[in-house]
Amino acid sequence: MVEKRLGEQTIAFKNPPSIISTAAIAGPKEGEGPLRDYYDIVLDDDLFGEETWEKAESKMQKEAVRLALEKLQIDEKDIDYIFAGDLLNQLMASSLAARDYRIPFFGLYGACSTLTESMSLGAMAVDGGFADYVIASTSSHFCSAERQFRFPLEHGNQRPPTSQWTVTGAGAAVISSKGKGPYITHVTTGRVVDFGIKDANNMGAAMAPAAADTILRHFKDTGRTNKDYDLIITGDLGKVGMELTLDIVKKQGFDMSANYSDCGVKVFDLTQQDVHAGGSGCGCSAIVFCGYLYKQLLEGNLNRILLISTGALLSPTSTMQGESIPGIAHAVAIERGV
Amino acid sequence: MKTLRMEGDCMEHTNEERLKKEFQDMVKRSAPSSNFLKDCLAAFVVGGLICVIGQFVMNFFINMGIPKEEVGYYVATIMVFLGAFLTGIGVYDNIGKFAGAGSIVPITGFSNSIVAPAMEFKREGFVFGVGAKMFVIAGPVLVYGISSSVIVGIIYYIMNLFK
Repeated sequence: MVEKRLGEQTIAFKNPPSIISTAAIAGPKEGEGPLRDYYDIVLDDDLFGEETWEKAESKMQKEAVRLALEKLQIDEKDIDYIFAGDLLNQLMASSLAARDYRIPFFGLYGACSTLTESMSLGAMAVDGGFADYVIASTSSHFCSAERQFRFPLEHGNQRPPTSQWTVTGAGAAVISSKGKGPYITHVTTGRVVDFGIKDANNMGAAMAPAAADTILRHFKDTGRTNKDYDLIITGDLGKVGMELTLDIVKKQGFDMSANYSDCGVKVFDLTQQDVHAGGSGCGCSAIVFCGYLYKQLLEGNLNRILLISTGALLSPTSTMQGESIPGIAHAVAIERGV
Repeated sequence: MKTLRMEGDCMEHTNEERLKKEFQDMVKRSAPSSNFLKDCLAAFVVGGLICVIGQFVMNFFINMGIPKEEVGYYVATIMVFLGAFLTGIGVYDNIGKFAGAGSIVPITGFSNSIVAPAMEFKREGFVFGVGAKMFVIAGPVLVYGISSSVIVGIIYYIMNLFK
């Protein structure tokens, strides 16, 4: 018996779970960006005292989880599950981080959509009565992503203006059945959408149709519109993808230009920081949500937001085999009070 | 493959091709393009500068009395060293970001394309890291460069037979 579903792809929680704590760790470049005051830790050195970029990324994720728990004064053995992911092969950063805490672990890969994917599943586990406390955490690192998906760092090449800059950062959010909000009220799980974009340097365009599809589906399933939200914010579409999404959604009759933004555009100063179209990566929506947006919700500057992390589900192999880039976007509606 | 049709208030699962095309046109129109003139100029100036430096090195060796047929080896050695050195101290990637093909095409760029992965993959060890990944960018250039020179050599040999 399905009783919490709305429409085709949405869940409306009966007892909306609370996000009771978050932590965000940002790299040095992100620490120079406009949201610098909202991060718990800004690294001076992007190796974070480790020997490799991958281990540094893993440590960031581990520290983010530790900080989020420290704020609550609860022990890790009270946590029922952790849902975590990153961009590295075989989820290296998440798995190595999870090795050090004794929490049952679900590793997730949704490319850069992993934050809302993990929050969705975490909230379902809580509302379903399977858990009291769960953690959703994700990370990405510019240097580890570059070497896996593109060129060695010291190689002298040029990036086109549509390319994006992978955010070095990690975020963790503790979701619980106990707490006074902000609440996760709805989850709209996206479908894989591919409009035939093959340019790995234009991932914003590859993900835009998926983002638009999930937003429109959320509106249709819930009966809400853009006017019901203080902010609708996508994960890492960058400037190019953001404009495309706005355009597609507008064609369907919803003009979101007043309250729509993108974490990839918020996280960097696009004119000063040489990041071309904006930020990307799992860490992008993670540090913007766990750092900036969560605090805005707590302080009441925002009352209801729709967060849509977006992922480009490409692999270096699929690109080399001539495949186009499948996009995915998962939406989570978060509200200050219910 | 699942694709969408935007109709009414939501997207439906049919009629893919038209929509895909529409979107791809939209992307082409909206994507900011590189500044062609500026990029060409930067490539021209920096590429030219590298060649001028090469010429200075060549003149220096010729003045030292190195025979003309051999001086090329000396110049190549020095330029490869310069490329590797600038990569090692983290400068060449910045030159490349500015100059594009201007610093990729000369032999210093070739050197950069080997040293950069060698540095990057040192952490995976000297055998399967440095050794295996060193030619990850330059490998194709070597394979097709050497293959085509062999083919040209064979053609040249055959043409000489009929002289």
